[in-house]
Amino acid sequence: MSAALARIEPLRLRVHRTPLILRITHWLNALAVVLMIGSGWRIYNWYPALPFGFAFPVWASLGGDPHVTQGLSGEDGLANALAWHFGAMWLLAVNFAVYLAYGVFSGHFRRDLLPVGPRGFIRDFAAAARGKLAHRLGEQNAVQKAFYWGVMLAIVVMLLSGLGIWKPVQFSGLTWLFGGYEFARVVHFLGMSAIMAFIVVHVALALLVPKTLQSMVTGIATEPADEGGRR
Amino acid sequence: MKLERTPLVTTLERRLLLRGGFSLGALTLLAGCDISDQDSVHRALAAVSRWNDRAQAALFGGTRLAPVFAEKDAVKDFRYNAFFAAEDAPKLSAADYKLELSGLIADKKPWTVDMLYGLPQQSSQITRHVCVEGWSMIGKWSGPPLSVLLRMVGADLNAKYVGFQCADGYHGSIDMASALHPQTILAFKLSDEVLPVKYGYPFKVRIPTKLGFKNPKWVTTMYVTNRYPGGFWEDRGYNWFSGL
Repeated sequence: MSAALARIEPLRLRVHRTPLILRITHWLNALAVVLMIGSGWRIYNWYPALPFGFAFPVWASLGGDPHVTQGLSGEDGLANALAWHFGAMWLLAVNFAVYLAYGVFSGHFRRDLLPVGPRGFIRDFAAAARGKLAHRLGEQNAVQKAFYWGVMLAIVVMLLSGLGIWKPVQFSGLTWLFGGYEFARVVHFLGMSAIMAFIVVHVALALLVPKTLQSMVTGIATEPADEGGRR
Repeated sequence: MKLERTPLVTTLERRLLLRGGFSLGALTLLAGCDISDQDSVHRALAAVSRWNDRAQAALFGGTRLAPVFAEKDAVKDFRYNAFFAAEDAPKLSAADYKLELSGLIADKKPWTVDMLYGLPQQSSQITRHVCVEGWSMIGKWSGPPLSVLLRMVGADLNAKYVGFQCADGYHGSIDMASALHPQTILAFKLSDEVLPVKYGYPFKVRIPTKLGFKNPKWVTTMYVTNRYPGGFWEDRGYNWFSGL
């Protein structure tokens, strides 16, 4: 009797919490990025920055139904898309600044996203490729860390190249830095592509490990204490 | 009507926020006949646009110059751009053309082409014309600063706006700071030739610190005012300040 009881081990849980400020900035950033990309596609279509004839489907872009905007404002939704773009840019920039400040001063960057070096990246990348990379809630491997820094860099590039396109006179130095007005538009497109690639991987992984999504919504998720090591 | 609409929009916006967070599926939700076409969304976007007017005015450097380019960079065959075909461009004749002045201007005597073309301090600039659609082109324009004319006719330089009425029905307006910018000129020439009809004869207000649609052509009336005058494209949802 006592021997049978002894075999029932207490369930040990690791509890992972996501601070409220991280959840708020994460979802506001997601909203801002969706608005920026949606309206950006409409703006791009008007006069593509790339030399070959590529355009985004209008249904996937933001700026209203061209038939409706024609009736409302006598234009095909470019004015609307620009208004979204130059509105959402404030949300993106301010929210991103809050996140960066939090990341630096709370120790979030140091604790969760550092260190990240080439050796760890190669090790974890190889492990992930063999399907042997453990996932613990709230612990980022080197590949993930590199991805997060990469997408943050992409957002910085988008903000700066965007500023260079929006204000090529007031910030002419910035425009010059991105290779002039025309090339800054290409850089802006490439930055968008990088962010899109990140979103595809990021969303796919979040769906594969739904507890990360749970944690990012509710702020708390648990897993058996040794699960990470076993997988 | 308003009472009926508000809850729907609130629901839509809430759903947008939730879905927007979770997936790119929000892009499809936002597209097409959806949220952008709501009146309340239009009003919110217009409010943001007015905020952007103020932000851009604060950012604007009254003496900060637009980059200038080399002679070889200037496009000779400049792109024609208007909402009608080039053949339909207004043909204003030097014989009967008059620039009418109105509003907060002391001397409202109209100006003939000869008087305008005789203005002092004419110079050339090779600058980039940037269109709101995304294309851009470098051109060479020549003429006197608009500020020279404004001073000569005794315009109230403390007023907020300078407005333009054009022969093709187009109209527009700019802030006084941009009107007084040293590179804001009455362009009498393009590529060293008298401005051809399709580019705005007898002059185009060339403002290299503003988007192309803020550079009116075929101007027949200029006025100074403190009342927001709007403009052809601005009334259709484009940002008013549209500075570069």
